[in-house]
Amino acid sequence: MFPELIDTRPLRRAVDDGLGWVVTNWGSAFEAAARPLLLLLNAIEALLLATPWWLIILLLTGIAWLATRRWTLPVTVLLSLFFLGLMELWKDAMSTTALMIAATLTAIVVSIPVGVWMSRSARVRQFFTPVLDLMQTLPSFVYLIPTVMIFGPGKIPALIATIVYAAPPLVRLTDLGLRSVDPSVMEASRAFGTNPTQRLVGVQIPLALPTILAGINQTTMMALAMVVIASMIGAGGLGYQVLQGIGRLEVSRGLFAGLGIVVLAIVFDRITQAFGRQLQGRIGITEARA
Amino acid sequence: MTQSTDQDLAIRMRGVTKIFGTDPQAALAALRDGKSKAELLAESGHVVGLDDVSLDIAKGQIFVVMGLSGSGKSTLIRHVNRLMEPTAGEIFVNAEDVLKMPLDQLRTYRRTRVSMVFQKFGLLPHRSVLDNVAYGLEVRGMKKAEREAEARKWIETVGLAGYEGARPRQLSGGQQQRVGLARALALDTDIILMDEAFSALDPLIRSGMQDQLMSLQKTLNKTILFITHDFDEALKIGDRVAVLKDGTVQQEGRPEDIVLNPANEHIEEFVRDVNKARAIRVQTIMEAGPAEPCELAVPAETRCEDVLPLFAEHQWVGVLNDAGTQVGRITAKRVIGALARHENRAAAAQPVRLEAAQ
Repeated sequence: MFPELIDTRPLRRAVDDGLGWVVTNWGSAFEAAARPLLLLLNAIEALLLATPWWLIILLLTGIAWLATRRWTLPVTVLLSLFFLGLMELWKDAMSTTALMIAATLTAIVVSIPVGVWMSRSARVRQFFTPVLDLMQTLPSFVYLIPTVMIFGPGKIPALIATIVYAAPPLVRLTDLGLRSVDPSVMEASRAFGTNPTQRLVGVQIPLALPTILAGINQTTMMALAMVVIASMIGAGGLGYQVLQGIGRLEVSRGLFAGLGIVVLAIVFDRITQAFGRQLQGRIGITEARA
Repeated sequence: MTQSTDQDLAIRMRGVTKIFGTDPQAALAALRDGKSKAELLAESGHVVGLDDVSLDIAKGQIFVVMGLSGSGKSTLIRHVNRLMEPTAGEIFVNAEDVLKMPLDQLRTYRRTRVSMVFQKFGLLPHRSVLDNVAYGLEVRGMKKAEREAEARKWIETVGLAGYEGARPRQLSGGQQQRVGLARALALDTDIILMDEAFSALDPLIRSGMQDQLMSLQKTLNKTILFITHDFDEALKIGDRVAVLKDGTVQQEGRPEDIVLNPANEHIEEFVRDVNKARAIRVQTIMEAGPAEPCELAVPAETRCEDVLPLFAEHQWVGVLNDAGTQVGRITAKRVIGALARHENRAAAAQPVRLEAAQ
């Protein structure tokens, strides 16, 4: 056994008391700050539930057609969505989709500026890289506990946990995409007297867009991967069905809800990937980098 | 340097030195103390890119800097628009101190005074040919309709009419570089920097681009700083040529000065493999003075390459000055003599006198 060199109890107590102090003194402030997130999530969920099922199927199938111009993906999307409807998972699937969309939108708003900032300064990158590592490796329950203590069980901690878990790949890929833009194109732009903003908006972001889109794809996938855990602290949806299936030893309920999550993942993954490929083809990135 | 010569100069570089590494200033001091470049590299990892380069580039000429890879030529050209900062030295463009410009003034300078063509084209792959050519004007803040009209004009000049809507990747290398050239010309700057602009192209395409550049230059009269590793190219398009090696200028002069009087062994090596008939003009090697009129005459600026075929029919060819009067004449023998002057290969042919055999 490792010898007990110091007494860690005061340290632990300090952390616990500190969190308790934050909850009592700042709890309501945090809750007010996170309210826009809740409003966003509720609005998306209300919209998805108010939209008739056939319109959603039509829209997603149409988007799939626009993204690929072939019939395979639209058919896959159509079958997947019918599966959700037939298995009586439609309402839960919409809640889960709403959580995923809200988390992805928030992650985009936060991650892309951070990624831009990281790409411009090695010091900023040095600071954020371990933070991102931490966000991705720290077991989610560890930060779920304090978030639940601050916000109380419900949708807000579920959404925050999902964002914390899903945002890092987008930050990383934005940074990577911006930094790996062909240096000869950047130099040419510089030689024409552009300022950094003109280079960012006119050259870097358009050329990094396929990489950034790959980051958004990763973020949606990781957000869906969090739904079961999110349902433990109050988010409904497919994750809650899985949880109930486990609790009641109802294998069928868990299995079909789980398949529902897979189906959602396939739909959103294929559509975003197809758009990424389309964009890449249009820009001709592959040729430009060769 | 007097004011009057200053105004004829487009670019003046004085003692420009560039050292790459962690502490360039310390390395510079060591270099000035007589340390060699190899020692600097071995001891502290500093690379001397340019070593005390001074150049005077007059307005309206094509000035070629020629050197092998690693000679510092690309580093040199990037100092003119300050894509790189020198470790020491002075750079004046149109008598303006480039190194003293604050950042916003430097950007204005890049937008309005110098344009650049790149070896790897540097085109924006997500924009059409039209938008690529209009890019510099867009950065300058020109209105859309105006800049597109200007861009169309230059696209036509470089022979790409009809390709306005194409993406760069749909074009061949030669066409892409025409876009790069049009993009630089559209800015209508006095100075154009061309960094190995034709090096990535096939020999035939390259030769066509060289001809196009020279004919454009006749009407535009820009100052063009042209970088190349190809000595033939330097002789063909250059009004003046500077040879760079290990970051120092080995020789600077008119192409024929370099061909006829190479300053050192390094340059002689280039001269040996080059088409000298292209560099030497008849006025340099003609038999000057009044002579009986010849049947055929050429202007004094004619290249030897172009008079050679005439000797198939004629013994003598006259040489005319700008006014059209004959100032000398030239024979096949004289041309061959000039071309053979630096050939050390006579021995390789091992000629034998035949009288003894008879």
